Amino acid sequence: MLELLKQPMPWYVAGPLIGLLVPALLLLGNKHFGISSSFRHICAACVPAKIPFFKYNWKKEMWNLFLVAGIVIGAFITQKYFSNNEPVQISESTKQLLQSWHITDFSGLMPMDIFGTAQILSLKGLIFMVIGGFLVGFGTRYAGGCTSGHSIMGLSNLQFSSLIATCGFMLGGILMSNFILPYIFKLF
Amino acid sequence: MQNQEYKMKDENTDFEVRSLDTMCTNESELNHPWWYNFKYLLVGILFGFILIKSEVVSWFRIQEMFHFQAFHMYGIIGSAVVVGLISVFLIKKFKIKTIHQESVDLHTKPFNKGQIFGGLIFGFGWALTGACPGPIYAQIGAGFLAVIVTILSAIVGTWVYGLIREKLPH
Repeated sequence: MLELLKQPMPWYVAGPLIGLLVPALLLLGNKHFGISSSFRHICAACVPAKIPFFKYNWKKEMWNLFLVAGIVIGAFITQKYFSNNEPVQISESTKQLLQSWHITDFSGLMPMDIFGTAQILSLKGLIFMVIGGFLVGFGTRYAGGCTSGHSIMGLSNLQFSSLIATCGFMLGGILMSNFILPYIFKLF
Repeated sequence: MQNQEYKMKDENTDFEVRSLDTMCTNESELNHPWWYNFKYLLVGILFGFILIKSEVVSWFRIQEMFHFQAFHMYGIIGSAVVVGLISVFLIKKFKIKTIHQESVDLHTKPFNKGQIFGGLIFGFGWALTGACPGPIYAQIGAGFLAVIVTILSAIVGTWVYGLIREKLPH
């Protein structure tokens, strides 16, 4: 059993399990699955600065902060006790593409060439973590949700607006990854 | 407390705070003690496990997805939506109640231009960071401590959106 849990999870197991989080949260307490709102609750709790968008009773949404704290803990436990220490099984064509971008380290979940702590104060850190993170926080709130809130919860509830948002996420990602990233990697 | 909340809602109707941001919310009207929230911690732990073991948190997988070089990520998101759809359909059809006997509230989310502009902006960030918000938390838990910079920046991004949202097209 432990060996089985250590194996990478195929899509047809992971996807349905994530889908089941939708009814789980609805039935546990009428909660709508979503993650990006946690950023808003953190703003509301820490630096509301009299901005109307952050003036609400964030304590009522505290469940969301418990949910994201759980993700951190769950990921920690998984990496520590259920890891098989194998590289990510990406396709050969992706590997070749990334090598052409001078990415050399394929041993972990993330390329340490970009996301190592040594990169924090470099140009890579500025582009991939500081600017990238800002776009994630700004964009998700502007769109009113992220992959969980729109693409999974919203589409499960047949919301047209969530379909538009999901198309936006995909189009933005495709444009960045195919047409902008190759130029960014020429900077290094 | 409740009066204050209603008052806040009234004051904010001009730019529809709730309706623009009704995702990821608490629809329960019940007032439970704070430690009831520990069940969501358990849900989060399970989600964290799935995100790591399915490699959704991997920057490599995200680039692979945006270059259409594998079915993996599409299979995960697609099958999650199918299972979510069936679940929501069943909850509606049989009027299934929560474990606290509340009826489940599902509401419509009106369209606004933010879903287009914000969606594209988030897409750019998704391809750069290799993570949507859930996986950002998971990457930190998995020991990629530099990603703390990403999350702090995401919180700043959300804050700046709150600051200038009235000037943005919606």
